[in-house]
Amino acid sequence: MHISEFDAHTQDKQSKPPLDPHLKALENEAIHIFREVAAEFERPVMLYSIGKDSSVLLHLARKAFYPGRIPFPLLHIDTGWKFPEMITFRDEMAKRYDLDLLVHTNPRGLKENITPYTHGSALYTDIMKTEALRQALDAGQYDAAFGGARRDEEASRAKERIYSFRTPDHKWDPRNQRPELWNVYNGMIRRGESVRAFPLSNWTEVDIWRYIQAENIPLTPLYYAAKRKFVERDGMMIWAEDPRFEALPDEQVREDYIRFRTLGCWPLTGAIPSRATTLDDVIAELEIATVSERQGRAIDKDQAGSMEKKKREGYF
Amino acid sequence: MTATATAAVIAPAAEAAPALRDTRPLRLITCGSVDDGKSTLIGRLLWDTKAVKEDQAAALNRDSGKQNDLGLPDFALLLDGLQAEREQGITIDVAYRYFATANRSFIVADTPGHEQYTRNMATGASTADLAVLLVDARAGILEQTRRHATIATLMGIKQFVLAVNKIDLIGYDKARFDELSLEFKEIALSLGVKQVTAIPVSALKGENVVYDGKASMPWYDGPTLVEVLELATVRSAQTVGFRLPVQRVSRPGESFRGYQGTVAGGAVKPGDSVVILPSGMVANVKQIVTFDLVRNAAVAGDAITLVLDRQVDVARGDMIATIDAQPQVGLAFDAQLVALQPGGIEPGKRYWLKSGSRRQRVSVQPSSLLDLKSGKWNRHDGALPMNAIGKVHLSFDEAAIFDAYELNRTTGAFILIDPDTNNTVAGGMISAKRGDLGGLNNEAERVILSLPADLADKILASGLLSERRDEIDIRRTNPGRAAELLGELDS
Repeated sequence: MHISEFDAHTQDKQSKPPLDPHLKALENEAIHIFREVAAEFERPVMLYSIGKDSSVLLHLARKAFYPGRIPFPLLHIDTGWKFPEMITFRDEMAKRYDLDLLVHTNPRGLKENITPYTHGSALYTDIMKTEALRQALDAGQYDAAFGGARRDEEASRAKERIYSFRTPDHKWDPRNQRPELWNVYNGMIRRGESVRAFPLSNWTEVDIWRYIQAENIPLTPLYYAAKRKFVERDGMMIWAEDPRFEALPDEQVREDYIRFRTLGCWPLTGAIPSRATTLDDVIAELEIATVSERQGRAIDKDQAGSMEKKKREGYF
Repeated sequence: MTATATAAVIAPAAEAAPALRDTRPLRLITCGSVDDGKSTLIGRLLWDTKAVKEDQAAALNRDSGKQNDLGLPDFALLLDGLQAEREQGITIDVAYRYFATANRSFIVADTPGHEQYTRNMATGASTADLAVLLVDARAGILEQTRRHATIATLMGIKQFVLAVNKIDLIGYDKARFDELSLEFKEIALSLGVKQVTAIPVSALKGENVVYDGKASMPWYDGPTLVEVLELATVRSAQTVGFRLPVQRVSRPGESFRGYQGTVAGGAVKPGDSVVILPSGMVANVKQIVTFDLVRNAAVAGDAITLVLDRQVDVARGDMIATIDAQPQVGLAFDAQLVALQPGGIEPGKRYWLKSGSRRQRVSVQPSSLLDLKSGKWNRHDGALPMNAIGKVHLSFDEAAIFDAYELNRTTGAFILIDPDTNNTVAGGMISAKRGDLGGLNNEAERVILSLPADLADKILASGLLSERRDEIDIRRTNPGRAAELLGELDS
């Protein structure tokens, strides 16, 4: 069955131009990492967060194991505050690619009704994302978890290894990381310990977009400009169409063409004004951008060294 | 490592046609200390290529509250990503930086200049194709510069850039620059490195980094740092022949069996004869499968799935190689090691060795130690302390498969893992197989046969020989050459 599928596929792709050598090198490296982790660990899992990096990660995983299926499940940590379009897209991808998709929401957070409004972004992120992730990884007894983090995203990530070692309670110790030489990865761990594996470590934001374009990778429409309702809050443009959205007394709900450069929980994700409705537009816009993509992420700015602190606690 | 009297120093050809540019990302390492202005140089590269965005610069200014005279952010803060680093003003460990020009993208391994620099430099240099060695024009070439050049050479880097920084502070003195570049080129030549470019730089003012410094240095008509980087070569295909370390066997259905891995050298196409090591069985390539299409060929660096024309026993850790130029298979190899952890490397201790996808037990016996000050190897059979570079003998329980590191930076490289801690304790580079016709027992009598290839393949496939494959040396050759060789031996 796989072989006939593969033949049909071959004919489809005959006309596609070859990748440029730069993207090809990044693709090769990522496939190598996927295969190495799948071969070395007993229970890998892939963190799937629906965004552009996850979409590239998923595409690379499909390539790495072709003509076979992806030999591990995908895990989505659902905080309950994701954009509805993200959930629709996630379920569509799972169906289209026959994925083994797991979705986990922190039951404690649900019970105690932890929201970004009532508990603040720091505590909310800690419970609904970091704690939820630890719960799901423990429950599945996963010894390796793939993530789409890139070293160029944030300062503490620049020091991250491709195989990032975690203690049994998921802690990261940036000062005592295993040296990583050549493309020889040390996958030896004791019971309860794990690694986070980052196939996109050496990709930049521009690489991600060029690869999406070259490979025609499906994306949620949130990345493209459309008329959406929003308010200005703490210097960010916050989406205002969810039934749970409540405008503060001095806030004015406006409607204009906006899009998202990164995706997370809608109350914590800032949009940018944009008319970029196609992939070409988005890339053109990116090439002249003067601010980084994480500028739109509230959780990075809770305090200095914010990302590092979350990573030490087990966040991706 | 022979010193040459003639100054065969090659500056990269700035006029090379754009069509010939290698557009694969260039990996480089920067060597130098904070005093030399390393953070400023890297910061300048990122800033002038617009890899740093406004909000990141704003965060820097917010954190430090200070800017330099030119209104630029404090680059050291940009580069020190961890809280402890910012608090203590030190750099921990290797960090990776990314920037791109219209022509190429770059991955910089940024390593601290002082503390544990050997360990960190070795890590950063392992993947680098070029080293930028930074000196302060006032201080000149230091012992440290020589050490950095030595380590970079050991790790296989064959292209050096000497950035003579703070040239503005010596009044853009051409004579001083010429003196330093000559001194450095002699060091490089003594290490066997011929690709050396020296550049007068002011990282602070941004001269000859991304933009030229002609206004201040009309006497310099060479390339800027970025121009050299754009034209540097990436060595990935250099090797003695096709190599595929098998990462995993793909069996999605009864009818398909493919061997997945990344080509570690040479090229392969359908119809090629290959050997599976260590078993020595042979087969032909039937198909090269990738997600996109069935390919006519694959080259070094490609992640592929290989389908063979017959049922052979292939497992993770095996190597599929060209039949004409095989890697070395044996139980004993010589190597050079960099010790990476406080416990050092203990003689006789059994470690895990991982090379490519192959992991096996090994015991290590040091034989000499490199004196980084003099560049000389001294006899040494004790433990190798952290940051030491030593020559060692490796002894295996099961056959190991390697090329010399000089010939292939993938199949000649390995790490050692301490079985007690699971930590990576050494990085190593294979020099040679020990006792070429030795095998398990050096004293035993050897017999050299010359057989028709089909008969040899049948015998190898029988399993009779595979049990003692480590003791057997196989050279494939043509009848004429075999007759010559045997004739030589008889006479």
